[in-house]
Amino acid sequence: MPRAFTPKVITANALLEGDAIWFTQDDTWSRDIAEAEFITDEAHADIRLLEARADQSLVAGVYLAEAKLSDNGPAPTHFREAFRTRGPSNYAHGKQEA
Amino acid sequence: MYVYNDFDEAFVRERVAQFRGQVARRIDGSLTEDEFKPLRLMNGLYLQLHAYMLRVAVPYGTLNSAQMTQLAHLADTYDKGYGHFTTRQNIQYNWPDLRDVPDMLSDLADVGMHAIQTSGNTIRNVTADHFAGAAKGEIEDPRPVAELLRQWSTDHPEFQSLPRKFKIAVTGCEADRAVIRAHDIGLRVVRNGEGEIGYEVIVGGGLGRTPMVGKVLRTFLPKADLLPYCEAIVSVYNLLGRRDNKYKARIKITLHENGLEKIQDLVESRFEQIAPLFGGVDQELLAEIEHSFAAPAFVSKSVDGYEAARLANPAFRSWSDTNLAEHRADGYAIVSISIKKHGATPGDATSDQMRVMAELAARFGHDELRISHEQNVILPHVHKSDLPEIYAALRAADLATANIGLISDIIACPGMDYCALATARSIPVAQQIATRFDELKLEHDVGPLKIKISGCINACGHHHVGHIGILGLDRAGVENYQITLGGDGTQTTTIGERAGPGFGADDIVPAIERLVLGYLDLRSDSSETFLQAYRRLGAEPFKNILYPEKAQKNAA
Ligand code: SF4
Repeated sequence: MPRAFTPKVITANALLEGDAIWFTQDDTWSRDIAEAEFITDEAHADIRLLEARADQSLVAGVYLAEAKLSDNGPAPTHFREAFRTRGPSNYAHGKQEA
Repeated sequence: MYVYNDFDEAFVRERVAQFRGQVARRIDGSLTEDEFKPLRLMNGLYLQLHAYMLRVAVPYGTLNSAQMTQLAHLADTYDKGYGHFTTRQNIQYNWPDLRDVPDMLSDLADVGMHAIQTSGNTIRNVTADHFAGAAKGEIEDPRPVAELLRQWSTDHPEFQSLPRKFKIAVTGCEADRAVIRAHDIGLRVVRNGEGEIGYEVIVGGGLGRTPMVGKVLRTFLPKADLLPYCEAIVSVYNLLGRRDNKYKARIKITLHENGLEKIQDLVESRFEQIAPLFGGVDQELLAEIEHSFAAPAFVSKSVDGYEAARLANPAFRSWSDTNLAEHRADGYAIVSISIKKHGATPGDATSDQMRVMAELAARFGHDELRISHEQNVILPHVHKSDLPEIYAALRAADLATANIGLISDIIACPGMDYCALATARSIPVAQQIATRFDELKLEHDVGPLKIKISGCINACGHHHVGHIGILGLDRAGVENYQITLGGDGTQTTTIGERAGPGFGADDIVPAIERLVLGYLDLRSDSSETFLQAYRRLGAEPFKNILYPEKAQKNAA
């Protein structure tokens, strides 16, 4: 049996700054995962991934990442993706700095 | 030190100009990411978790003060005021903006530096003993040969798309501080029965997923044959190395699958073929290079001030006991500056610290600095009479930690705090272990102990050759740390043995504490190091300390 589809968001790195960004419902890229489009359907995920990859003039390395729904909106489930929303743990650099 | 000639200068400038054009074309959309990625990697530019990362080569770990000052300038101008020194004697900048990278490369070219071949399936930055040219007992400074190899391998048309990356390390001593047996090619300067200088050639070492200790391909290779012989090795690998499976592509696997004898035969016949084509031009070049590595003019003066300072200042005494190594010239010492202050990120130096170290090198150290694979900075040629002043300056810059070779002198790769390939973090584990043993005030009592931490199986943190190795893994979405014991990265290279099941992020530091305190009970006396005790007693008693419940069950 194929594995049940688990919710996702589409993420990438910004072309110029290189930081983590997420694909929104309006086909824009946000620096806040909570603004990402929360994708719960596999076929829709495939289409949105193609759309997100269609224009890579501003982004690099587009992929689907596991996500869950929190009070604020989509949130990471895996620690790697959680770090991407914050920054490194040894300095207050990256997103947590702002 | 080697200074770029017109050819080097023109070549590096041209590469900067090419990359400037490539970046512009990526930004205006004429290049896709797929097209741009290999181009940026050729110039040392990675894309990591939070930002780009620029990896700058420090060839054979040698810098002059102007270069170190320029590294500080890059940190201030284009990054967040610091840089990270790596186990490959490189420096990495963690926060550059894509638009700034061509300027960074141009600023590097101003001081004869570049980021070429710090990535990709090419021959990477050649690493060397960080005490080269200064160590007591060295047969010959290995850096001229390392520079020759750098020039030969840079943009070598035949070796730009090898099956996988290729790393060469050199040492001029019996004592191995360059982990040469864990490199694709390891070279050690030796003398034969006639007193002639040559090389022991070791091939097929490597860490990573399948750790292997290199094997001797030639016990004595005449010095003049070095370059054609290395070219023969790499070209045999280029043909034979597997391209179907990334995990089986390194020369260690080629050697393992084909056997030493077959590789030896192929290398020897290829060598016979190509050696005549070199026609001695490599030797002319080497002679020129050797000239630029001539030893500084050492002087003889009194060391009374140094001895007096040792008596008067216990902190200075402790630092000089731990951080100095024997120099080949009388009255001189090799200074290791620890970039491992307790609780700080291993290998990170601020721009201010870089400038202080550069200034000390210029004033007291014949203008030379080294980066060690253990992520510290070395002043290789210092007269002992200058040490009190050097120590005072280091102290003022927060660089006087007296912990070289001790438990808090930890190698840690960037791990999941930066690296896109990581499976867990390594920096916080290093920070916590160092902080904990500083609180316990035990590290001088524990003595020589090398802890090495990697954030994934690629083993950039050399965990396999740590006396205690720690490997960070992702176990069902949680960070988990596996311990290996008894590894050794010196002339007696040994791959550490896995101790047992991994520990969670909250349990790894207590486990290390238990292990080290347990060793204090196990050692025969205070002169028996952790590694010696492990070799005498075997793994069992150490495993029992790490897993007390299992030990109890077995005893019941
Ligand atoms: S060992 Fe893994 S996590 Fe650490 S720097 Fe290397 S690739 Fe990254």
